[in-house]
Amino acid sequence: MQHKATRYAGSAFTHVILAGYSILALFPIVLIAINAFKDRASIFDSPLSLPNSESWSLIGFEKAMKNAHFFSFFGNSMIVTVTSLFFILLFGAMAAWALSEYKFRGSRWLLAFFAFGIMVPIRLGTVSILQIMVSLNLVNTLTALVLVYIAQGLPLAIMILSEFMQQLPKELKEAARCDGVGEFKIFFQVILPLIRPAVATVAVFTMVPIWNDLWFPLILAPGEETQTITLGVQQFIGQYATDWNAVLASLSLAVLPVLVLYMFFSRQLIRGITAGAVK
Amino acid sequence: MKNIRLTQGALIAAMLAAGAAQAGTLTIESWRVDDKGLWEDVLIPAFQKKNPGIQVKFSPTAPTEYDSALQARLNGGTAGDLITCRPFDKSLDLYKKGNLEKLDGKPGMQNFPASAKVAWQTDDGKDTFCMPMASVIHGFFYNKKVFKDLNLQPPKTIDDLHKVSDAVLKAGKTPLALGTADQWESSQIVFTGIGPNFWKGEEGRKALIAGKAKFTDPQYVAAWEEMSKWGPYLAKGYSAQTYGDTQNLFASGRAAMVAAGSWDIGYYNQQGVDFGAFPPPVAKAGDKCFISDHTDLGLGVNNKSKNKADAQKFLEWVASQEFADLYTNKVTGFFSLSNHLIAVKDPVAKQMIDWRKTCGSTIRLNAQILNRGEPNMETELWTVNSAVLNGKLTPKAAAERIQNGFAKWYKPAK
Amino acid sequence: MKKPLPWHIVVFLAPALLIYAVFSAWPLIDTLRLGFYTTSETGSQHFAWLANYQMLLFDSDWSESFWNAMGNNVRFFLVHMLIQNPLGLLLAALLSMRGVRGAKVYQTVLFLPTLLSVVIIGFIWQLILSPLWGVSETILTAIGLADWFQPWLGQEETALYTLSMMSVWQFVGIPMMLIYAALIAIPDEIIEAAVVEGASAWRIFWTIRVPLILPTLGLVTILTFVGNFNAFDLIYSVKGAMAGPSYSTDILGTYFYRAFFGYQSQLGSATLGAAVATLMFLVILAGVGVYFFFVQRKLQRFSF
Repeated sequence: MQHKATRYAGSAFTHVILAGYSILALFPIVLIAINAFKDRASIFDSPLSLPNSESWSLIGFEKAMKNAHFFSFFGNSMIVTVTSLFFILLFGAMAAWALSEYKFRGSRWLLAFFAFGIMVPIRLGTVSILQIMVSLNLVNTLTALVLVYIAQGLPLAIMILSEFMQQLPKELKEAARCDGVGEFKIFFQVILPLIRPAVATVAVFTMVPIWNDLWFPLILAPGEETQTITLGVQQFIGQYATDWNAVLASLSLAVLPVLVLYMFFSRQLIRGITAGAVK
Repeated sequence: MKNIRLTQGALIAAMLAAGAAQAGTLTIESWRVDDKGLWEDVLIPAFQKKNPGIQVKFSPTAPTEYDSALQARLNGGTAGDLITCRPFDKSLDLYKKGNLEKLDGKPGMQNFPASAKVAWQTDDGKDTFCMPMASVIHGFFYNKKVFKDLNLQPPKTIDDLHKVSDAVLKAGKTPLALGTADQWESSQIVFTGIGPNFWKGEEGRKALIAGKAKFTDPQYVAAWEEMSKWGPYLAKGYSAQTYGDTQNLFASGRAAMVAAGSWDIGYYNQQGVDFGAFPPPVAKAGDKCFISDHTDLGLGVNNKSKNKADAQKFLEWVASQEFADLYTNKVTGFFSLSNHLIAVKDPVAKQMIDWRKTCGSTIRLNAQILNRGEPNMETELWTVNSAVLNGKLTPKAAAERIQNGFAKWYKPAK
Repeated sequence: MKKPLPWHIVVFLAPALLIYAVFSAWPLIDTLRLGFYTTSETGSQHFAWLANYQMLLFDSDWSESFWNAMGNNVRFFLVHMLIQNPLGLLLAALLSMRGVRGAKVYQTVLFLPTLLSVVIIGFIWQLILSPLWGVSETILTAIGLADWFQPWLGQEETALYTLSMMSVWQFVGIPMMLIYAALIAIPDEIIEAAVVEGASAWRIFWTIRVPLILPTLGLVTILTFVGNFNAFDLIYSVKGAMAGPSYSTDILGTYFYRAFFGYQSQLGSATLGAAVATLMFLVILAGVGVYFFFVQRKLQRFSF
């Protein structure tokens, strides 16, 4: 009996903390959501109140939609994020595998070389990057963004993935090798499915900075056809007067795609773990 | 060796960029995100009516990123054909690096007075590199309804300002909407806005450049002393109040006055506020007044532009009566710097431009030359002026800090 | 060991190495090289040995603000270490307990702030904390703490900590996710064995689970360190490049930005900025080095 009581108390405690922090995490977001539907004066006069018949306004959304390019901005962001993610994960996993599985001369140096990329923000190299892109004739293309984001995302991906790969049970690979399976097959058919949770983790961390990046779109692809949504929103932030209705509306819309991506990957995370009951 | 390789790289870059740029489309770099609609709907169509066939694109970058993004694009050879110029050293720097074309003698330049061109000239006045576009005037706005309800008149002297503020305070409203969170208002609107009355406008500004006056002299310290008395008149927690908050505070009628500039006229009109303007108050009745009438925007030609002929045509149009009229009356609060006579339609804008008739015009105290050394005076002034308004620094200490930083590097020309 | 590299290793490594080397490593090395140059008025660059570094570290105009930024950055990091990471550990531990209903919902909700753009985070927290529009005052009054209220973002003493807490709010999802992934990867048998032996949940957590996830905690520490010393976006979007009031929120990222790109009338210098970048790099390198030398070596890797 007593045991049960402690269990209940423990579970109540768990929920109190989790729910408590969830409120803290959600409160500002709810505030953003309710204020996105109000007119400007009411946002500031009564930020806490729900939109009512007087303050209800869709002006922000209207302004955002009125921009003919708004949806293509979304499309650009999607293309850039998803493509970059795909290559970061693929190339990152391949390199991580090479560095953690095979011991060869210089493998430690290579790992250190990649690790440097985590320590220095790639933004420091902006001027050289722009020059490279100009000479490759890639300015104002989404390819330029994708390339930079892959380069930016790889170091962390390699670090996290190789950490995970080292923890994989050796017997699996050895068994496959004994059966004469080729190295590529081992990687793609045995290893990749196993590291799915880690891949999902990396994906989640990598996609957010890419989606929200303002800097490289500004420098490398400011053209109207290649603008990302984050850059597109900047047109509402003025020198003296910022159109907060439009900013709130477009940024609340901009959260939705990453949220979907996040849910997708976090499901992978759980599924990978429960399915991979290999340990 | 290194240099040769660098120039080669730059050459290749420039050639490739040229290939990439669309022939025939003029791109305008600007930080005036706020005016995007006006350029696209009014100004560019008006230009094209006169110059059919030339495509123009207004491509603004958020003001805080403008300088860095522009610099990167200029270095990479991907910047637009026409470049909106910040006044003084920022653009001078671009010119010295060969990014901007020399404009002396180009058609249209004769339409601007020498005083307007100073902001975009080399120190010896021999080279001009941007065409003056617009200036902004600093002053105060007051809420007409609040003033009427409390039976107040717009203050003329410093004493009036305090009396009016006390009266508003008694009525339970915020006398003055002003915050120090963004720092620039404390310096650009307040210090260099109200200051000219203390240091007699151009006289005080030139005395500093000539080395005949110090920031610790009474006429400058007086400005800081006045600022240090404002704390009680500002809204609660003003140290965390951003410029956006300030605008909302005044627009919602919760503050009776706002320290502002002509650029805000359009915004408050749009918010439906019934307001008027008054110039920075003078020390005692009858004193000559001075206003900060700051040359703020110019337009230059990118030296690497492939459309220089079209860019020149556009500049010529910018120098025209039509542009001056459209710009002044559509981009309310930005006043054309040309010699053309323009009828200003907006009542508040008219009020402000008429101050030019009675008051002496000057520009922001430190804009010319004084910003050149280390520590940088503009950024120092932001910090110091916010600290004075916040009550964290005494007027005397503020003056000493600025003077010491200035004396460290400045040797006045003999 | 002298045998040639097997070609499958080359294939595995080549794409990552190529893209990383061309678009990240090379531009960064180029930046480090620039740190030894100075820029003249006309924009040409000259080799100048350590002139930039001498100025940054010994000219009081620059060195004072450099050390100020450095000190603020250390405080910024400490707040994350003392609040963000323990909080992340706590949340992950609770989430990973068996039979917590709605764990997935919690997990999504707790991660939401991390997904938001910094523009919107800056805006909403400024609105919440603003003394003018009354959100936090209303809340504090409701729980009887009205007297506590201050314009936290505007005061020199509190602005940095307030921003640090905003950053914690934004990023706590990251340590939480990393630790959570590590915790649920612990094989059930290990825990069950302990349960059978009658160990309490509390003891199991500290004596079995935490030691098993130490490598992950190490990774979290190092990522926090690197992330914090490269931080920029939040402070820039709330306080601007001037990081006021009176530079009390200035960190290395904003300091670098002013040196590299300039600010207002202050002209930027690619060469000076590169020197600042190099210093930042050295600071981070030193931190990471210390970590690997003193901490990582002591962490025993548990394989299972």
